[in-house]
Amino acid sequence: MNDCKNKNNCPQAEACNQQEQHIKSDKKSSSGFTKELVKGIITVNPVFILILGLCPVLAITNTVTNALGMSAGVIFVLLGSNIIISSIRKVTPSMVRIPVFIVVIATFVTILSLVIEAYVPALHKSLGIYLPLIVVNCIVLGRAEAFASKNPVLLSAADAIGEGIGFAIALLVISLIREIMGTGKLEIFGKQLFEVPGLSEHPLIFFISPPGAFLVIGVTMAILRLAGVMKYE
Amino acid sequence: MNNLFTIFIGMVLINNMILAKFLGLCSFFGVSKKLSDAFSMGIAVTLVLLIASISTSLIFNYILVPYELEYMNIVIYILVIASLVQIVEVIIKRTNIALYNAMGIYLPLITTNCIVMAITLLNSTEHYSVLESVVNALGAGVGYTFVIIIMSGIREKLDLADTPKSMRGLPVAFLTAALLALAFVGFNGMV
Repeated sequence: MNDCKNKNNCPQAEACNQQEQHIKSDKKSSSGFTKELVKGIITVNPVFILILGLCPVLAITNTVTNALGMSAGVIFVLLGSNIIISSIRKVTPSMVRIPVFIVVIATFVTILSLVIEAYVPALHKSLGIYLPLIVVNCIVLGRAEAFASKNPVLLSAADAIGEGIGFAIALLVISLIREIMGTGKLEIFGKQLFEVPGLSEHPLIFFISPPGAFLVIGVTMAILRLAGVMKYE
Repeated sequence: MNNLFTIFIGMVLINNMILAKFLGLCSFFGVSKKLSDAFSMGIAVTLVLLIASISTSLIFNYILVPYELEYMNIVIYILVIASLVQIVEVIIKRTNIALYNAMGIYLPLITTNCIVMAITLLNSTEHYSVLESVVNALGAGVGYTFVIIIMSGIREKLDLADTPKSMRGLPVAFLTAALLALAFVGFNGMV
């Protein structure tokens, strides 16, 4: 508990507590592959419920293409690091586990960064500094510490995919709102899907600018609370 | 000299880490509830940024570049930052216990704060010299402290306001940040 609070990048002890509690309740109930998968998407959604990893959620949601690229990257790193960490969990001394986790995560991020730079240079350029910053994303280290270090490989993989998809959904929702409002049309990897008449001639550029990101996520959270998905404080 | 000033002003106002680049948001929303906490956090972040920038830019310019190991920077930086913060924490604990009590709890949290990692990576992608890296880090730290203090002042008042139930806490903090960011857009094109 203390370690989670100290070493996790977010100084939000509540989020950590919440995550730990979820893990505890998971242990009591029968935990299966699909259950871990669904859990990350809805009940423990990393962005809207745990409020983890906010930086990329705001920074790269100005276009849907960026959001998709970022989600794929985070899912890759989460899956890779969760599998490796959970398979070495019995030989890792608990004193040095955080540095070990960090090295594993950093290695996967380096692999990802080099692969994207080689094959999708345009995406590498538009994600910029936020791609290497996956290494300090709270979600990745949080899952390693709270789940992968205590559970078998298959369950950890399911947890990674679930949390990754949960993260992707959050990114997608916010980027869809921002791109459609901010440009009046929807473009995915250079292909235009549709255009909103009227809005595309006079787009609300505010939504793709930084202040728009804060506004969209704040209003989304308030709506999720009204809908009963998110808890009140 | 002019270049250094441009880097500094650019970092504090135009490319503000929080409001324009969205870095360090976890600590920004987590620690901005009280003015005094926000101030300690700002000072701690600035301190760690400076130390981390000096050491990583030395490593980058004198070890990684000569041996063509630039692609290793993510792994090396994160290890250097994590160990540095531990050392700083121990030193502060031994030399100044009052200071440790004031900002001790924040130091470990900064270890993997995105700001520190982002600034050190930025220093190497921009190929800044050691001096330029220090100025860059100082600008980022001052910008962070500046914004988190403004935010905590507003949030202290906001607690007393009668906001709708669904907006209370984080959502209204995000809206406040949106208005602050809008104000900072005005600095665009200044340098």
